Amino acid sequence: MNRARLMWRKSLNAVMLTLTGIAALAVVSILFLILGYLIYNGGKSLNWAFFTELPKPVGEAGGGMANAIVGSLKLLLLAAVIGLPVGLMAGIYLAEFGGKVFGFVVRYTTDLLNGVPSIVIGIFAYSLAVLPVKHFSALAGGLALGVMVIPITMRSTEEFLRAIPGSLREGAMALGASKWRTIATVVLPAASGGIITGMLLSLARVAGETAPLLFTAFGNRFWSPGWNQPIASLPVMIYNYAISPYDDWHRQAWAAGLVLLGLVLIANLGCRLVLSRTGAGRSA
Amino acid sequence: MATATTFDHAAPPQAGPRAFIARLRHGDEIAHVITLVFAAAILLITSMLVYELWVNSVLSRTKFGWHFLWTSVWDPVFDNFGSLPFIYGTLVTAVVSLVIAVPLGLAAAIFLADLAPRKFSDPVSFLIDLLAAVPSVIYGLLGVFVVVPLMRTVIGPVLKSTLGFLPIFRGPNYGVGFLTAGIVLAIMVVPFIISVSREVLLTVPREQREAALALGATRWESTWQVVVPWARTGILGSVFLALARALGETMAVTMVIGNDPKISASLLAPGYTIAAVIANEFTEATGNLYLSALIELGLVLFLMTFILNGLARILIVATERGGGRPS
Repeated sequence: MNRARLMWRKSLNAVMLTLTGIAALAVVSILFLILGYLIYNGGKSLNWAFFTELPKPVGEAGGGMANAIVGSLKLLLLAAVIGLPVGLMAGIYLAEFGGKVFGFVVRYTTDLLNGVPSIVIGIFAYSLAVLPVKHFSALAGGLALGVMVIPITMRSTEEFLRAIPGSLREGAMALGASKWRTIATVVLPAASGGIITGMLLSLARVAGETAPLLFTAFGNRFWSPGWNQPIASLPVMIYNYAISPYDDWHRQAWAAGLVLLGLVLIANLGCRLVLSRTGAGRSA
Repeated sequence: MATATTFDHAAPPQAGPRAFIARLRHGDEIAHVITLVFAAAILLITSMLVYELWVNSVLSRTKFGWHFLWTSVWDPVFDNFGSLPFIYGTLVTAVVSLVIAVPLGLAAAIFLADLAPRKFSDPVSFLIDLLAAVPSVIYGLLGVFVVVPLMRTVIGPVLKSTLGFLPIFRGPNYGVGFLTAGIVLAIMVVPFIISVSREVLLTVPREQREAALALGATRWESTWQVVVPWARTGILGSVFLALARALGETMAVTMVIGNDPKISASLLAPGYTIAAVIANEFTEATGNLYLSALIELGLVLFLMTFILNGLARILIVATERGGGRPS
């Protein structure tokens, strides 16, 4: 009787260990399926013209997405200019100056802002930057992405500043440096690697955002000079091409998907490797 | 370390106009105020977001009132708007995705946090974090060209022949619909469930597990009866986070749900979600009332995710604090 019970418990143990392991492997294999599928389909249709040419009119085969690649870069630049300073400074405030109550309020609000659906951020940018001037623009798209950059930048900046040992700060202060000098010349440089990686990660995240761009940056089949006109971006192009009825557009959507995923994954991979290395160095 | 604290508090005790001016001259107060302004800017942005949603939806709110939430006519031609089909679609797809993602994600998180050797669990967690970074439009792309055909030719027919007696698997199967959107969403939220749950599970004190093992429990028993119950509020928090994400996800769902504002009992039927209707119709909204109704939908979506996220944060923080408490 007791023996049977023990057997049952042992086999339950083995079965559950296997099942949870299979679940973990299944999730990881999804990543490889996605990668494999994109490389297979995107690789077939990726060529030099994709990077150098404008989209061709409907019905004409060929053409590329040069404008969307440049557009995405311009939008990211705007997002960086708008979002990164806010995230950085707020992160410094929380780590170095923050009061208990106000610090908590800022942190909590940022978490909530981080959880706001991207499409709602799009409505926000639309009502701020599109409604008043009555036309879509790169600026509006950059604003939407910039707002999305803030939360991650702030959290990572705060985390990395807090990881700097107090002895470093005390050393600077013992030499007579004021607090802000200590922060600016000792603490920030020491944490700069982590902070910059955190910024790159947040940019990599918004690089793939589509929903907030649909009615802010809108899209454009031509070059978009300046900052005040509708502008193409890779994610919106992928969306428009994927739901179109044309086979040639589908092929280009795959190619664009491969390029976008490649960029995002490489940025993530690089950042996380740097982070894990500095993390290891700190604990050693 | 005791000396460090005296250094930190050297200034405040002699606070007074003189000390304040000294600190001003050193720039400390200026730096404080500047960073404070940026931190306050985040609060300002968030409140402006709420304000814009509220103000720009005023036309629709005054015309339809609370009826907006439970009428199901969506007629831009006659300016008559009700959001029930969208709310229904949003909730159904999110629930379907959680039904798939929670068991899978929880099992994987338990495996990675508790059972697998570190050498194995670290790289796997790394890959799962990468999976979380895949842009949603890529999931949509794969949804359109892989999941939808699979649904039409394999999953749908199999479900109909085996479980067809259930009302949720009846009716024609187009490939697009609630179930397809739910599957794609599940794949998207699983990495979040895993990484948050894993972190919460890792905060469970070793002693808890060791005590169970010392009493003769098997690995699985110590995990399931001791570690998981200890972390359950945090795990619930991770589920709420995933739910909020699933509710607000736009692109992948828009591409596979079928975009048909109908309430159907069958999961195989096409539907519509709040985020999808905003994405599809916002640029085409001609009338002011039409636009206002779409923005009110955005407000509804915002409030749903806002409440869920708030709850999730509280639960996760509570577990992590509770985990550090000596018991």
